[in-house]
Amino acid sequence: MNKQPGTRGLIFNEPQLWDKSRKGRCAVSLPRADVKRCQLDASLVGESPELPQLSELDVVRHYTRLSQWNFGVDSGMYPLGSCTMKYNPKTNEVQAARQGFASAHPLAGDEFSQGALKLMYDLEHLLGEITGFPAVTLQPAAGAHGELAGMLIIHAYHAKKGKQRTKIIIPDTAHGTNPASASLCGYESINIKSGEKGILEPATVAAVMDEDTAGIMITNPNTLGLFEENIKEICEIVHAKGGLVYGDGANMNAIMGIVKPGHLGIDVLHLNLHKTFSTPHGGGGPGSGPVGVSKELIPFLPVPRIEKDLTRYRFVTECPDTIGRMHTFYGHFGIMVRAYAYILSMGGKGLHRASQLAVLNANYIKESLKDTLNLPYDRPCMHECVFNDKHQQVFHVTTMDMAKRLLDYGFHPPTVYFPLVVDAAFMVEPTETESKENIDQFIDAVKAIVQEAQETPELLKKAPLLTKVTRLDEVGAARKPCLRG
Amino acid sequence: MRYLPHTKEDIDEMLAKTGLASLDELFKTIPDALKTKAPLNIPEGLSEWDLNEHMESLASTNIACKNYKCFIGAGSYDHYIPSIVPYLISRSEFATAYTPYQPEVSQGTLQGIYEFQTMITELLGMDIATASHYDCGTALAECALIALRKDRNASKIAVSSLVHPHHRQIMETYLHAAGYEMIQIPRTREGLTDLAALGAMEGIAGVAIQSPNFLGNIEDLSAFKAIADTQKILFIASFTESLAYGLLKNPGSCGADLVAGEGQSLGIAKGFGGPGLGLLAGTQKMMRNLPGRLIGKTKDANGDDGYVLTLATREQHIRREKASSNICSNNGLNAMTAAIYLATVGKIGIREIAQQNHDKAVYLKTALEMVGFESVFDSPFFNEFVLKAPKGFARKRADLISNQCIFAGMDLEPYYPELKDHYLFCATETVSKKDMDQLAKEVQ
Amino acid sequence: MKEISDLNFSENVKYTKDHEWAKLNKDIVTIGLSDYAQDQLGEIVFVELPEVGDIFTKGDEFGSVESVKAVSEVYLPISGEVVEINGALEDNPELVNEDCYEGGWLIRLKPDNLLELDDLMDKAAYLDMLKG
Repeated sequence: MNKQPGTRGLIFNEPQLWDKSRKGRCAVSLPRADVKRCQLDASLVGESPELPQLSELDVVRHYTRLSQWNFGVDSGMYPLGSCTMKYNPKTNEVQAARQGFASAHPLAGDEFSQGALKLMYDLEHLLGEITGFPAVTLQPAAGAHGELAGMLIIHAYHAKKGKQRTKIIIPDTAHGTNPASASLCGYESINIKSGEKGILEPATVAAVMDEDTAGIMITNPNTLGLFEENIKEICEIVHAKGGLVYGDGANMNAIMGIVKPGHLGIDVLHLNLHKTFSTPHGGGGPGSGPVGVSKELIPFLPVPRIEKDLTRYRFVTECPDTIGRMHTFYGHFGIMVRAYAYILSMGGKGLHRASQLAVLNANYIKESLKDTLNLPYDRPCMHECVFNDKHQQVFHVTTMDMAKRLLDYGFHPPTVYFPLVVDAAFMVEPTETESKENIDQFIDAVKAIVQEAQETPELLKKAPLLTKVTRLDEVGAARKPCLRG
Repeated sequence: MRYLPHTKEDIDEMLAKTGLASLDELFKTIPDALKTKAPLNIPEGLSEWDLNEHMESLASTNIACKNYKCFIGAGSYDHYIPSIVPYLISRSEFATAYTPYQPEVSQGTLQGIYEFQTMITELLGMDIATASHYDCGTALAECALIALRKDRNASKIAVSSLVHPHHRQIMETYLHAAGYEMIQIPRTREGLTDLAALGAMEGIAGVAIQSPNFLGNIEDLSAFKAIADTQKILFIASFTESLAYGLLKNPGSCGADLVAGEGQSLGIAKGFGGPGLGLLAGTQKMMRNLPGRLIGKTKDANGDDGYVLTLATREQHIRREKASSNICSNNGLNAMTAAIYLATVGKIGIREIAQQNHDKAVYLKTALEMVGFESVFDSPFFNEFVLKAPKGFARKRADLISNQCIFAGMDLEPYYPELKDHYLFCATETVSKKDMDQLAKEVQ
Repeated sequence: MKEISDLNFSENVKYTKDHEWAKLNKDIVTIGLSDYAQDQLGEIVFVELPEVGDIFTKGDEFGSVESVKAVSEVYLPISGEVVEINGALEDNPELVNEDCYEGGWLIRLKPDNLLELDDLMDKAAYLDMLKG
């Protein structure tokens, strides 16, 4: 077995900011006061906030040390299922930092923002081409925000038809954001089960779809990494009762250039630019969640929209049926710049290739590990595959233990305990940017851990051993919450 | 393509392992009828050189590519960003990590955001701040939903007509579909929210007031709190200019139950309006109603200090349709940016910068009044104010942008039709006396 | 999680199919969670309870019990008015884990109709259901 990436290394302790604070230090060069000081009325003025007082090097060292306690895609393989932790190209950062973009004031006026408007207009059309929708909005700030926009569009559509509906169908493989987004529109979630093959059966949908049901939310490929083969039939069933089909495009990375959701009968779909389109996750965000819609739903898109008149671009707000505004300005423009740079760098062929290789990597892992870990649904997968800890239960070793031990080997663990339809799921999404050598090393690490589970289970219970901290007391954190220093 | 590592040999070996003959066969579970027939109609990938050229050509058709003088704010502010802020935040261990679900390898993000929460509670005088939201407008809509869900007997929320117009539009979008109603509180002739009008409203679950308000004026938050208390409703304070609270009495000390704010001023580029930073804070009582992630301090198995995501049962991945919000991704990296900024400016810097913003705004207002602009409101302001422009200003203003890259105020008429010829000006620490004198001279 | 044989089932209470228990003392009914329920939930970090004076019908959700990664609603075995809640759980939710039939009780209720208690299971019937 090749040497695994995880090893010892010196990192540093670093106290909280305020423990380093010394009265009188300041890490910013203050602007020269060139106008008269004007005191506000004392009744309006508060105490100066007790922020830490530090020198510039204090601040630099603090955040440098903190960063070294983190694991990012740039540190190592990050096969976190359903999150598409692919490489975040550095040129994207260069593009977003261009002064013409970064310094642009959102209210400068269309005339003075043509470059930004053209970029957004073109990105909408590129995403439309990839997904097969005639119109796309870039305004939603994240995937869940895109879901909300999509559900609001469905809600507005039914209102316009003259009869609001009360329910929405959600399969058991759905992300938690799906039911949460639906309930923000007042829809009651009707949960349905996937069939034996891990995909939805049309009959299950037909059994609950009625004229009180606004539609269905489907993630395709689903969170088991399986393509919903019956999607077209399901769309027809839902449409026949006047419902709409919401597509969760979180897993679009599997099907670029292969399937266009807009051509399957899906009416509205969100994308995650921070998954499929390579923008960094930032330790939790900011992301971006564009939404594509069918022709019939275009009038409901959030405002402002962008229109092109000959060669000029402009924002348009006069759309009588719009769901309204979703973001203070136009969404996460800086993230759009990165995604746009990515699409242009990859080109159409490159995106298609990326999906092929993402699916190849996942199937290679599935085949390589299916004799090691239990694989509840043994079918050709898309971009991710889902195992669980069934074979390790006899040694009282859980998915969580194996995940924690992977850290010692230098890998970020897969997504664990999701999707809920698999007990103690271990959900691996390698993405296309991992090489065969990296993946082989990961496979070796999992096999070694499974061996350890059998021979030295107590070792796995204590893992991780090489990290800055060991397992943390989450129960204590929740019982007596300490949310500020 | 340089991002894709697979050699032909790799692909062959990997396919052999899967027992498939070609990459196309990987997709055999997808019925043929569902597959696209034509390749994507997107041109061949660009080299990095070509990409640079193309992107610069776009960026340079934005006026921001030049060093423009920004006398507009209205929710997006021009502040100096110290060099260490972008330098530190671009460390890829921060940027390329996911949400800190595995705390053992995420302590950097976790401690950083815990410190962010702490500094935001200090800035706002609140008990708890969340790990961030998308922007002020969406955070404000979430606060309104908290108030409405807590009060089963009310289905309306009162919102000042001087809350940022875009924020009110977002609230309308969120509340309408949930079956709630937003009623607007009119403004007084002094450019402040009409306290008496709120007193007369019934059946409301909460009241939202922005201070400094959209016209730049500082509201008497304590007075609104007093009315909210009499009516037993929640008091929500909002703001678009976070640096104001380096100087002004904070919302917590004025009794706010919930606070929604925009943190873009804290070291984040204007970036054509996003991503900014939604700040969301509450009193201790609100803890379990808050939307989104919270970081808490705890111990590890060795008894060492560490940090984890906590109180996650409020969130969508556990509580699904009953979650306090659907938010998952937030604006974490911008929260970290704001933390770095706050640590950099510190207690001394934030006060001085805030004070200078106010000083410059007062200077600019006086300078413009001397060249024919008319003061409209007599209320105290922070770094934004409204002036009625003399005849012919609109054309001068357009010329100033085109010819000299000076943005001289924002026309208020599209937002408040009755304020024809009224402009909202902003002065921050980035404009010098010389810049302001020049502006006054140009518009004379 | 423990085997059913390792769990403790009080003789003096009656059980529901949702794993709550009810116990009559004079004219007041105390309600809590069974040992099986607390074991399934794992370490409890928060208990949400109604307010004194709230009136419920049998089967209503009257609160919830949370562990770090799960939330479980609790349902009333009988109808009535809440007369007392277990305030100790606010600071010590672990009482539900440690002492579910005594110190870890949830609420006390003035029942509308004592006959509703007859619909509940005794220990033997509850055990049969668990072993199902």
